[in-house]
Amino acid sequence: MKTMARTFIAMAGLSLMPALGFAAAGQPEPWQLNLQDPVTPVAEFIDWFIDYLHIGMFLISAFVLALLIYVMVKFNAKANPVPSKTTHHVGLEIAWTIVPVLILVVIAIPSFRLLYLQRDIPVADMTVKVIGNAGWNWTYQYPDLGIVNDEPKVSFSANLLSEEDAKKRNVPYLLATDVPMVVPVNKTVKMIVTSEAGGIIHAWTIPSFGMKIDAIPGRLNEDWFKATKEGVYYGQCSELCGQNHAYMPIEVHVVSQADYDAWVAKVQTASVEEARDYLFAMLKAKGLLAAN
Amino acid sequence: MATAHAAHDHAHDHHADPTGWKRYVYSTNHKDIGTMYLWFAIMAGILGGLLSVLIRMELQESGVQWFYGLSSMLGGDGSEAAGRHLYNSFVTAHALIMIFFMVMPAMIGGFGNWFVPLMIGAPDMAFPRMNNISFWLLVPAFGLLLISMFVPGAGSFNGVGGGWTMYPPLSSTAGHSGPAVDFAILSLHLAGASSILGAINFITTIFNMRAPGMTLHKMPLFVWSVLVTVFLLLLSLPVLAGAITMLLTDRNFGTSFFDAATGGDPILFQHLFWFFGHPEVYILILPGFGIISHIVSTFSKKPVFGYLGMAYAMVAIGVVGFIVWAHHMYTVGMDADTQAYFVAATMIIAVPTGVKIFSWIATMWGGSIEFKAPMVWAIGFIFLFTVGGVTGVVLANAGVDRVLHDTYYVVAHFHYVLSLGAVFAIFAGWYFWFPKITGYMYSDRIAKLHFWVTFVGVNLVFFPQHFLGLAGMPRRYIVYPEVFNGWNYVSSIGSYISAVGVLIFLYGMFSAYAKKVPAPDNPWGEGATTLEWTLSSPPPFHQFNTLPVIK
Repeated sequence: MKTMARTFIAMAGLSLMPALGFAAAGQPEPWQLNLQDPVTPVAEFIDWFIDYLHIGMFLISAFVLALLIYVMVKFNAKANPVPSKTTHHVGLEIAWTIVPVLILVVIAIPSFRLLYLQRDIPVADMTVKVIGNAGWNWTYQYPDLGIVNDEPKVSFSANLLSEEDAKKRNVPYLLATDVPMVVPVNKTVKMIVTSEAGGIIHAWTIPSFGMKIDAIPGRLNEDWFKATKEGVYYGQCSELCGQNHAYMPIEVHVVSQADYDAWVAKVQTASVEEARDYLFAMLKAKGLLAAN
Repeated sequence: MATAHAAHDHAHDHHADPTGWKRYVYSTNHKDIGTMYLWFAIMAGILGGLLSVLIRMELQESGVQWFYGLSSMLGGDGSEAAGRHLYNSFVTAHALIMIFFMVMPAMIGGFGNWFVPLMIGAPDMAFPRMNNISFWLLVPAFGLLLISMFVPGAGSFNGVGGGWTMYPPLSSTAGHSGPAVDFAILSLHLAGASSILGAINFITTIFNMRAPGMTLHKMPLFVWSVLVTVFLLLLSLPVLAGAITMLLTDRNFGTSFFDAATGGDPILFQHLFWFFGHPEVYILILPGFGIISHIVSTFSKKPVFGYLGMAYAMVAIGVVGFIVWAHHMYTVGMDADTQAYFVAATMIIAVPTGVKIFSWIATMWGGSIEFKAPMVWAIGFIFLFTVGGVTGVVLANAGVDRVLHDTYYVVAHFHYVLSLGAVFAIFAGWYFWFPKITGYMYSDRIAKLHFWVTFVGVNLVFFPQHFLGLAGMPRRYIVYPEVFNGWNYVSSIGSYISAVGVLIFLYGMFSAYAKKVPAPDNPWGEGATTLEWTLSSPPPFHQFNTLPVIK
């Protein structure tokens, strides 16, 4: 019943798409109507801007629909048996050219601000390199934590968490990975994104961060985010990459600087799985991560 | 067609017209070729539609429903990987079939061949034999595409699973080692050659064979729309041909145009592809603009409002359509200034498109509107195309596209403009010209039932996909997290309703052919003013032996 009630609310909310919606940070919810909750300055900008766009677009569509209904009622053959012969109206034609131009200018100003906010990469506090692999998983590297023989000391691959394990851990299947990428909160993280040599194109994204960037063989793409809220954030590969395209999730844990430092200390001395278990135990103890 | 022959017999032609199978295989008659294109489009559309229903059946719930079994049925090894690849190959085939073998043949080959010569008062196309080869190249092209679904693509799995965009390296030997991609490339080469020859034919016909007195500025808007469309074809298809030839040589002859490891660039392919691909989507919709203008004017019993604005809006859309291609590529890591340019250029297209929408409404304004089936389809088109258009403006913004790129929001957007736009225009045109083409009337009630079932169905399919995209569901996914179940279920139900709509359409056609209610020369009355309505229904095998004079 609860689901049905929710469906009904969702249906009723179609016309108020931007206003209603059951968004959550980090992951989607059933019958969600709008973006996932934003947790970076860029995502907050997108969240605001898309609402503003959708309201405008809703009004334009409603205006066109209203005009159509009006002409259908007022000028049908019964109501208006003798058609007019009007085929020109210079003023009207100029108006419906100029007004859309003005609307577009109003859209363009915040649009360019958002674009440059995204693409002018700020000075970063730390760097994570992510590599999309041909075997449909992601490799995360932390070059800031030291380089040995041209290879970063901290480098690990994150795979799809099996359906069984996802159930055991009580995390969403097809979104969760076996080991997560971990970053500190309120830090500007630069992402260097590429794809394995000889591999194919993937795209790395976290909807709540408002970022998405292609992982392309032979290219180093860069992007950035500054997550302002601790939590677990999920994404999925967003460029068709073959049979397991749907099985290539992304999981990022944003934690406090202290927890991050503890994870770093562990991951440098023990395996990435042990570091994960250590971090999860710590977060659960503080109530920052749901128990199994 | 017996009457057509009778009409011809006392015409003063000296050579005999072929009969039986030769009439079609050897055809140089624009109307017979147009008819073949229309039948071809209907058959391809049924196949493409069947693929889409299978896709929606798969996506009705999270978890793989059908494709593992389907892949065993089609001779796969029954592995999960085979099923997942099969899904991708269905998505690819659905797109290629609908674009190259349904919408384009219906609009340009079908309606274009039938009505461009009739509307400009010409006896036939400029190059009737080239017209024949244009059509007959399409048949092997379709054959090659079908073959590609049944030969190895990725490893031992059959078919191309790289999407209609076929980005390398996924479509290179790295991702698809088998010959399926080669078959698909050759299929597109043939389909492209067919379209380029057709384009040359239309340009020559329209520029040289207009009846005395029909200046370009007196030409019906459908002819204008085809003229702009074929210029887009002529200028964009060679770029696709180049790109896929480079891909072909990368795959088979050791070149490295798109291979980063040996000095190539996979993004170069994306630029070349979309330099073709963006004009291509306008190729799919522009003839629809022309069709809708005729229908709105005919059933409002008023001339088109702002004729010159309408014609040049299409020219503007065509020109600007060539300089916006990289808005499909905002996430490849382009420079901010480059992205800013493509944002601005893309948004500009909303202006001429708005001119068209408002001019259609202004044509209806003050009219005496009759709600016959073609008009109902046309009004449906205007509204649904508007909805697809405004989400296009949302997506034009690179900053917002960052989250929406490759999600279901994009799928919803392009199906609103193509599936609910172009396809509605095709059905509108079909019901508008069916009496002229066949000489039979159809049941207006069945045509309207077809409309309402389709209208409800397709909106249920595609409107919820906006929500899925906003919530972050990526496109081209065989499975999705359980939370997306709700809207996917609604979307799949809509797909089944739309399929019922197709059955109603086929029944309506069947009953029209069975009942054979003769159509008058002009079934639509005073509003139908273009030259095709001055001829008999169906028109004589050869028309305008004496050229009409336009005042």
